[in-house]
Amino acid sequence: MLGSLYRLSKLVQQFVGLMGSKVIRSIFGGVRLWAFLRGCHKNGGRQAQPPAQLFHLSVLLTQFQEMEYVSPEGLRLDGRRPMEMRQIRAEIGVVAKADGSALFEMGNTKVIAAVYGPREVQNRSQQLNDSALVRCEYTMANFSTGDRMRKPKGDRRSTEISLVIRQTMEACIMTHLMPRSQIDIFVQVLQADGGTRSACINAASLALADAGIPMRDLVTSCSAGYLNSTPLLDLNYIEDSAGGADVTLGIMPKLDKVTLLQMDAKLSVETFENVMQLAIEGCKAVATYIREVLLENTKQLEYRRGI
Amino acid sequence: MRELQLSLNQTQKVRLQRALEKLESLSSKANSNASVTVADSIPVNYEDGLLKGHGTSEFNGEVVATVCGIVERVNKLVYVRALRARYKPEVGDIIVGRVIEVAPKRWRVEINYSHDAVLMLSSMNLPDGIQRRRTALDELNMRSIFEENDVICAEVRGFQHDGLHLQARSQKYGKLGRGQLLTVPSYLVKRRKQHFHHLENYGIDLIIGCNGFIWVGEHIQVTDDMVVDQVNKSEQDDAKPDENSISPEDQEKNYTRQETRENICRAANAIRVLSTLGFNITVEVITETVDLSTSINVAIHEMLGSEFYVLVAEKESVRRSMTKKK
Repeated sequence: MLGSLYRLSKLVQQFVGLMGSKVIRSIFGGVRLWAFLRGCHKNGGRQAQPPAQLFHLSVLLTQFQEMEYVSPEGLRLDGRRPMEMRQIRAEIGVVAKADGSALFEMGNTKVIAAVYGPREVQNRSQQLNDSALVRCEYTMANFSTGDRMRKPKGDRRSTEISLVIRQTMEACIMTHLMPRSQIDIFVQVLQADGGTRSACINAASLALADAGIPMRDLVTSCSAGYLNSTPLLDLNYIEDSAGGADVTLGIMPKLDKVTLLQMDAKLSVETFENVMQLAIEGCKAVATYIREVLLENTKQLEYRRGI
Repeated sequence: MRELQLSLNQTQKVRLQRALEKLESLSSKANSNASVTVADSIPVNYEDGLLKGHGTSEFNGEVVATVCGIVERVNKLVYVRALRARYKPEVGDIIVGRVIEVAPKRWRVEINYSHDAVLMLSSMNLPDGIQRRRTALDELNMRSIFEENDVICAEVRGFQHDGLHLQARSQKYGKLGRGQLLTVPSYLVKRRKQHFHHLENYGIDLIIGCNGFIWVGEHIQVTDDMVVDQVNKSEQDDAKPDENSISPEDQEKNYTRQETRENICRAANAIRVLSTLGFNITVEVITETVDLSTSINVAIHEMLGSEFYVLVAEKESVRRSMTKKK
């Protein structure tokens, strides 16, 4: 940690010649804040999100010098080991009126999902006579990121993620059992800190199971990346925006099948295999947790109902 | 894990937890390891032969669950009973639903199933009680029987090629008015012989629909028009004064006494509490909860406060342990 701070201050000194004093002051403030951020992530990632300027700053800094994402001691910026996941937490039944709903947290990333259906198809022309119509809507709450987002609904990024989640979930739902009906999945990001895609898939999977929709298997997802020639599991926002490879993987753990695989950079085959193996491990860890939660929920429902 | 979204203080939290733990200990002996989640394999004995039922599929030669629920075994049949799924209709179920569309010769009814149910004009008794062919005139007057958003009560007739059909061939079925509709998860309602209840002490009617829609309303005397002599009836009709002027007697008829209204709200709140806690909903439990609230003088609005939730949970644990002992 000390080493990296030293490097940063050196970097700032290099800056002095380049830019005006105003910028430099803000960067010095940023360095302090950045140190604070590291501490904040270390405390289990429970605190509110740090301001976004900070993220931007850290991104800015990486442009000038190769940043250190894994310290020589083998710790990441938020104090995790390279193969360590963030703390995960799930809760079922958070939306009263929905058929199924769930909240899923991965560190500071927090996502809520609600499932409605199977219900009558709203638009008759879309009705499928041999299977259910699955629809998905992904939104990010305006307050989910550091700087308040004022994007209109349905921008390209969210349309793409909606599609990805829909395809992933459709692969596991046994749609042929519910012909001429429609299943709606709504996922909303309440707090974004990297890995929203995987958190959304996990939340949707839980919500579908809660809604009693027959599925081949649960889908669980986790991301992994490759920075400073180290494979890293479950990237947070800073690592995500570092520009390295980011592999988002969705698997069906029981069937041992991949339903989603996305990567937004190049990797050599050997490294890719390592990173993917790490992501699979992550997915399986998520699956074990999700199953625990679901089983506990089922038991609770049953004993509460009584005879 | 499903958590109650209640603001409890420390004592209430402890009491609620103790009550729920007691409930758990009462039920756990019966089926401790019958709960499965999605993709759990179900242990079966292949030698006895096997029939896979709902909620199961086969993977690598073993039976796996496709929903979260409880494994049930009936002879060779193995199936998973899903909790919290939508209502699955069975022929003869009594259901409460809401009319969402008036279509040619039929009404579409929302009943918490994956499709809308259909109530044909020909499969219901006309208000005048005469059995006859439905004419085009009847079809035009369909809105005078049920309109959109009316709450109705009917019976499941069966599946036809165009969906689920309902019927309402008795005076006890039909439009429901002057009361409240409550929606609870359908797994909390068990099929029984009797779904219509008249709580005489409170002067209210309770219709516990199998689909999880529960109607609480003012008691209405069911008069089966079929029994009434047709001639008598037509004489009565003649004797009726001008329909446009509302006589004081009619006004009296349309007025619900405040006491009754309070009782309706009390019963409705009792059902809300029970469904939030996830307890089975039967007429006995509802009356017990209402009695509990009156006996300890809880105001109607206070029934939804956290203290009453704890009381109901404690009462339920006592009740179940009593029935267990018997």
